[in-house]
Amino acid sequence: MSKRCFVIVAVFVIALGLVSPLHAQEAAARANTSTVAQWSIITAGFALAFAAAFGALGQAKGLSAAVEGIARNPSAAGEIRGNLILGLVLIESLVIYVLLISLILFFVKPF
Amino acid sequence: MEKLEHDLWIVQAANAAFGPMARALLRALGRPAGPGNVIPDYLVMAAVIVLFWTVICLIVRRSLSVDNPGKLQVLIEDGVAAARGVLHDYVGHKGPRYLAIVATMFVFILTGNLMGLVPGLKSPTANINVTLGCALTVSVYYHLQGVKEQGIGPYLKHFAAPPGAPIFLAPIMLPIEIISHLSRVLSLSLRLFGNIFGEDLVILILFSIIPFLVPLPMMFLGLVTASLQAFIFVLLTTIYLGGAVATEHEHHEHGEMIAGEV
Repeated sequence: MSKRCFVIVAVFVIALGLVSPLHAQEAAARANTSTVAQWSIITAGFALAFAAAFGALGQAKGLSAAVEGIARNPSAAGEIRGNLILGLVLIESLVIYVLLISLILFFVKPF
Repeated sequence: MEKLEHDLWIVQAANAAFGPMARALLRALGRPAGPGNVIPDYLVMAAVIVLFWTVICLIVRRSLSVDNPGKLQVLIEDGVAAARGVLHDYVGHKGPRYLAIVATMFVFILTGNLMGLVPGLKSPTANINVTLGCALTVSVYYHLQGVKEQGIGPYLKHFAAPPGAPIFLAPIMLPIEIISHLSRVLSLSLRLFGNIFGEDLVILILFSIIPFLVPLPMMFLGLVTASLQAFIFVLLTTIYLGGAVATEHEHHEHGEMIAGEV
């Protein structure tokens, strides 16, 4: 009984999942005539890629140092965690600035 | 993708109820409103948060008891104790004095962030106006508390010559300090806005591709981001408050903690 129920639900979900991309096919074809607009889109993508790459690098350094510190001295875990979160967020906010600039270039289209 | 964003019924109801009044008020102020909804989404959502917590607190207040506390009362008491602990850690013994604004900020931002995951609601914090309002409130508040705690003269002197810096550096330190205090507002508001807006956008994009099960991991990530960003906003508020109200000798005790902030 429960197996049949499961099969019915699974078929339903898969069927809807297959149908759903059809709804998303109505991509609006915009004509970006100006060269600056085209380049701004490319720039936004690359800026986000670089920001994510180097932000992740910085966060990884901090994270690895924190984990090492906790492994050496587990009793200091609470304090290290607090400082780690603070530092990670301050690094992350720089990436977020780039994300905002990219979003402005993608969606607001100032050019 | 714009087609996925439709008018929420709660916004429509609010506009049907209070729209004409707001329109008349705006016209009386000499700034007539354009077509469409007069009351924007984020204001309605902020009002929903206020109403929600007012109702919760009224319900809890009705059954407050010392001997036999209910589950909700224990939860809220734990939350207040945690907030007092954070304030005590970062501001010092006079920290719990600032509990009201810090805890209110946390509750508002946390509820606002989580609202984006509920169908039929929208995150008010995914709008730059709301986050900028929060950041400006915090900024004005900690400057006022600093002036109140230290007096206007010493507080301004603390800009020109931060503790540990020699006095002859004042011409360099003053512009740097002013810019850093202004950039705090920018970074507080943009961080919260960027995180929540980006999160909602990712969920929306995934939803527009395959609206089944695929957005779920992102929504789980949204839960983490929501609580983390609310906590970070409040933590930075607390650190700024601690930096503003610390007097001369306390700076030496907390010096390291306050040093590495942006």
